[in-house]
Amino acid sequence: MAQARLDRREQITGWAFIAPALILLGLFMIYPIVWSLWMSFQVGKGMNLSFGGFANIVRLTKDPVFIRALGNTFTFFIFQVPIMIGLALLFAVALNDSTLRFRGLFRTAIFLPCVTSLIAYSTVFKSMFATDGIINQALMALHVIASPISWFGDPFWAKVAIIIAITWRWTGYNMIFYLAALQNIDRSIYEAARIDGVPAWARFRYLTIPMLKPVILFTTVISTIGTLQLFDEVANFTAGTGGPSDSTVTLSLYIYNLTFKFMPSFGYSATVSWVIVVLVGILTFLQFLIARDRRIKS
Amino acid sequence: MTVSTADAVGTRPVVVRSYVPGNPWALARRALVYVLLSIAAFLSVFPFFWMMIGATNASADIIKGKAWFGGALVANATTFFTQVDAPRIFFNSGFIAVVATALTLIISSLAGYGFEMFRSKVRERIFAFLLLLLSIPFAAMMVPLFVMFSQAKLVNTFAAVILPTVASIFIIFYFRQATKAFPSELRDAAKIDGLKEWQIFLFVYLPVMRSTYAAATIIVFMGNWNNYLWPLIVLQTAENKTITLILSALTSAYTPDYGMILFGTVLATLPTLVIFFLLQRRFVEGMLGAVK
Repeated sequence: MAQARLDRREQITGWAFIAPALILLGLFMIYPIVWSLWMSFQVGKGMNLSFGGFANIVRLTKDPVFIRALGNTFTFFIFQVPIMIGLALLFAVALNDSTLRFRGLFRTAIFLPCVTSLIAYSTVFKSMFATDGIINQALMALHVIASPISWFGDPFWAKVAIIIAITWRWTGYNMIFYLAALQNIDRSIYEAARIDGVPAWARFRYLTIPMLKPVILFTTVISTIGTLQLFDEVANFTAGTGGPSDSTVTLSLYIYNLTFKFMPSFGYSATVSWVIVVLVGILTFLQFLIARDRRIKS
Repeated sequence: MTVSTADAVGTRPVVVRSYVPGNPWALARRALVYVLLSIAAFLSVFPFFWMMIGATNASADIIKGKAWFGGALVANATTFFTQVDAPRIFFNSGFIAVVATALTLIISSLAGYGFEMFRSKVRERIFAFLLLLLSIPFAAMMVPLFVMFSQAKLVNTFAAVILPTVASIFIIFYFRQATKAFPSELRDAAKIDGLKEWQIFLFVYLPVMRSTYAAATIIVFMGNWNNYLWPLIVLQTAENKTITLILSALTSAYTPDYGMILFGTVLATLPTLVIFFLLQRRFVEGMLGAVK
């Protein structure tokens, strides 16, 4: 849109429209972010803080719970995000066939989980994961397992349960993005490929994936940010402990416990929170890099 | 051939058919797709079904995996309503969600309109900076935010829950994107008619953009109704808590009474389920649009 230079009055009006938002963002977002960066170099208990330089960063490297939390967060990220993105893609491609019957029904059903609150669904899952509960019974009836799994009594299975739950909640959400993107793809490309005898898997690999790449990148970045901030589900499943024996504690849960449960050390918990910021930055950058790299190859 | 036929051929959507009748491989694949989607749909819906039957069963039956309706609905409801001051708690949740949603829509749509209609170099830079801030997780601001609100003696108030959420960069971005589709002739015409900028916003922009507002309302309302971490930090006494916080507290008990809890979960999920089924199309639009 060719727009003439704004005159003085329009300049003022422009600022007036965005002023309320800017003031609020400044007060409740930018100021706290800057403060927490400053805080992360402070040591001490409660509000009795003094400048400690890199003391908090040194403390991070010697803190077994932090290292646990970092490891757990990464485990959730590495296993959960690819499984979820893969399933979402699979369902989206399956549902994109306009000759399929009950498409709307399938789509609504798979999308339905993301209507629930994180607390509501993790409560429901917690009751399903009970040792004599419905999930163990179903798995035993299908002969997948011989004896019931103690889902929240075992460090390994507790992680699996959380991954299953998160995947249930977010797969449909990601699927909707892929479906929307698939519907924008020119179908004649597929038709041409099909007539040329390109098999279905190759059409998926060399047509669908490259064309969906921007959306896949976008959803991966969103999921990365979400997983690194994982809090609600773990807090609800484990009554805020991250148990058994810290096997499910995440960075966000640890920050919360550091600030509000243990002896409050605001400086140190701010340092842990900046670890998340740095990780989000690095991982987002890497994902952009990988996406660009693939484009050059293909 | 007439022009109209050619037109029809040109615009007809080419159907992607993975199923060609008579081909056994294609038939098998199609069957596989149905099986896969049926399993996925079943697994997606089952926890909702479980939640509803759970509300009618005693806790002991639920953790034994009883998968059919029982007779404990009244007992669960009674326990829930005696342990939880439900009218108060649902009022808290509703009040916070409604006020926060209204404020968010006003402030963020004003900003989205402002950024798009009055472009200047400085404001474009600010906008780019805001988008950058989107990637900073809430964890990085929650500690100072809590200190700020406790210094202002606002801990345990609804204001503390609502205020940090109302200027949403996400929603500002959403409105700016949507404003790009707002016909500028409408604004020009209104200007010639002598309307002031705030009048244009109120009487021209707002009615034209109502579907954008509807989609944003759903997203923001859901987010507020379901919000957990920040309310958990600032709402400290039982009578000020939201239903999300109460459910989580009940689930954290050493031996949770699942019958009563799942009854509460049904109540807490109902509003969002109703919104979803009433406004399914808008709902999906909003989810896609808010981040497009």
